Amino acid sequence: MKRRVLTGSVAALALFSAGMAHADKGNDTLRVAFTKELESVDSYFNSAREGVVLQRAIWDGLIYADPHTGEYSGNLATEWTWIDDTTLELKLREGVTFHDGSPFTADDVVYTVDFVANEANGAVTQRNVNWMDHAEKVDDHTVRIITKEPFPAALEYLSGPVSIYPSDYYAEAGPTGMGLKPIGTGPYKVVSVEPGKRFVLERNENYFDGPKGQAQIGNVDIRTIPDVNTQIAELFSGQLDLIWQVPSDQAERLEQMGQFTVANESTMRVGYLAMDAAGRSDPDNPFTKLEVRQAVNHAINREELVGELLKGKSIPIHTACFPSQFGCAQDVKEYEYDPEKARELLAQAGYPDGFATEFYAYRDRELAEAITSYLNAVGIRTDFKMLQYSALRDLNMKGETPLSFQTWGSFSVNDASAMVSQYFKHGELDDARDDEVLAELDIADSSTDPEVRKAHYRTALQRIADQAYWAPMFSYNTNYVSTAEVSYTPTADEVLRFHTMTWN
Amino acid sequence: MLRFILRRLGLALLVALTVSFISFSLLFLSGDPAIAIAGESANAEDVAAIRALYGFDRPMMVQYGDWLWHALQFDFGVSYYFRLPVADLISERLSVTMTLGVCGIVFALLTAVPLGVIAAIRPNSLIDRIALFLSVAGQAMPSFWFGLILIVIFAIQLRILPASGADTWQHFIMPTIVLGYYAMPAIMRLTRAGMLEVLSADYIRTARAKGASEGRVLFKHALRNAIIPVVSLAAVQMGFMLGGSIVVESVFALHGAGYLAWESIGRNDLPTVQALILVFALFYIVFTFLADVLNAWLDPRMRSA
Repeated sequence: MKRRVLTGSVAALALFSAGMAHADKGNDTLRVAFTKELESVDSYFNSAREGVVLQRAIWDGLIYADPHTGEYSGNLATEWTWIDDTTLELKLREGVTFHDGSPFTADDVVYTVDFVANEANGAVTQRNVNWMDHAEKVDDHTVRIITKEPFPAALEYLSGPVSIYPSDYYAEAGPTGMGLKPIGTGPYKVVSVEPGKRFVLERNENYFDGPKGQAQIGNVDIRTIPDVNTQIAELFSGQLDLIWQVPSDQAERLEQMGQFTVANESTMRVGYLAMDAAGRSDPDNPFTKLEVRQAVNHAINREELVGELLKGKSIPIHTACFPSQFGCAQDVKEYEYDPEKARELLAQAGYPDGFATEFYAYRDRELAEAITSYLNAVGIRTDFKMLQYSALRDLNMKGETPLSFQTWGSFSVNDASAMVSQYFKHGELDDARDDEVLAELDIADSSTDPEVRKAHYRTALQRIADQAYWAPMFSYNTNYVSTAEVSYTPTADEVLRFHTMTWN
Repeated sequence: MLRFILRRLGLALLVALTVSFISFSLLFLSGDPAIAIAGESANAEDVAAIRALYGFDRPMMVQYGDWLWHALQFDFGVSYYFRLPVADLISERLSVTMTLGVCGIVFALLTAVPLGVIAAIRPNSLIDRIALFLSVAGQAMPSFWFGLILIVIFAIQLRILPASGADTWQHFIMPTIVLGYYAMPAIMRLTRAGMLEVLSADYIRTARAKGASEGRVLFKHALRNAIIPVVSLAAVQMGFMLGGSIVVESVFALHGAGYLAWESIGRNDLPTVQALILVFALFYIVFTFLADVLNAWLDPRMRSA
């Protein structure tokens, strides 16, 4: 489908279409579009951005992290202490009820934690939950969460992907029932779910006075509209109030029209090149040589990628993590754009005429093609292969990709462990297999002293940069477009928070 | 006639079985569904566990036999992606696609057949030229582009039709036009060609000579013969519309079976893909079968074929 060729002209046509957009402010209903069909509303059984958005509206975590400052405060728990390295005791908020009227108690925490932490129950993102071993009830409003190993990032996960479900209902309904008729404590209750297609929420009038605050907008009506041009058309015709993940060229045009609010925010997703330094695909492959990996780093014009293609609040990235993440030290070796130096390094490595290599990618074809042209310019001749995500992941795990364009969003977890430790601890996806890095990360991941963690992440990240195991390139951004009636300040974690939206 | 129908039915079943086996083999070769299910953060043990849980580690023939045995009992399994029964998922989405497909083919036939007949009565006239222009435009225009143009005109400028969704009958007007328009040109050209050929046949001259009215000549004698290939073509077009309305369903956010199939392939959601392929294959088979029966009724000579 040669869609992109013609979409620009349709957008241009739409510009001529006069007429003001009318928000459904009168009905107190905010109409939002999702692009992707969400697999399940149960937040433990989807791995989608859209799922995180619904999760924050319907459920609450024990702890709350301020999206702007990252500071922790009590949410379903009011205070917490580490009793020892692996035991976190939490006092629970009293007087909270679920949407079905049942009271929130320690039993709900114990059931939820025990259910999701049990691998056999198949929570899709195991990393979000498999650090917990189990939970214990102390009394009705006190629980202990026991971690498998010392896990200093626990608070980040408890304020992020881990939210608490009602024990009796979840035991009866299970993930399928929860996905079709979700019950939580959150600022919005679910009115109806049409799987993948439509989600209708209404304000929870009995929401407790917590850090999220009371929702202002009465109803939220979310429809899945796969085609972004149709989303824009619905915005024009007054059938939608808010769209997001709008491509930058479209967002620019919409902004020029003046009748919509266009906001751009960074996301935690980082784009990078992974290189087979460990020689898994072929022990003699060129990327086993330090000079070659450094040459790749010098060949990429990060500023140009950010300025011309990604735009918005994207930034060049030099680390194997996103700068806002805890422990993501930025004082590492940076490789400036220098194709001449890249060619010299290749010559030093024994490739004066460059070499040919397979190059894989699974998303953002335009970016991948720009990258191939940078590589070709210094003599790295790429045999470019665009694969489906699962097909590429299959090859990655088997160690069959010498060079690939990858991205990682860290599930919005604001801790470096969510990225660097995911890839450099000798797992199936680790193409570096560096023992020094592993030793540093082991300390950083399990120490309970924040300063110790920072120091060891820094050493690990510096070594990764010195050895040029990756070529980190840029962060992604997203555009939010709404009618003038909607007031919303997006956050850098790409989570739409309906409870902070108001009508103008 | 009964023997003819029975033989066709047997053949249809064989085709359905072959299609399901071929698609199963292709899907089996296309990649490891366990990785798609395991998600971004999974490690090799997770994937291996899922592989064992879903039985992907068994030989292909065993997996196919297992699938076929359940499918024969109308149990298509659970979607790997939605974690809901595939039968529920498909029956819900199929209603949208069927509505769209029927509306589309009716729209195509109601516009194409009269236009084709008129064009054949007055070949090379202005009306013939207009019909030719319409058919060339219909074939040349990508349907997503045509769909977006309609949206710009009717949803944004005139605001008389909704741009997306499938809640009311108004939601189906634009998708019907886009889908039907795509099928229209071929039907019209075939009607025109068939009519031209038939109208010059001897028996038409005979009919005219014995004083039959022009309307009777056209519709009782000419069209009945000219329409036979059109019926077969319409059946194929109908099958295409049900399985191939992916673009239209995507542009108008209809969430029908075609779009579900397209997305499920990307998600490696094998039970959904496999069940949809079977359903689409059955559609083709049923429509071709109906077309054969209809043609046999129209033309007794075909009953012995």
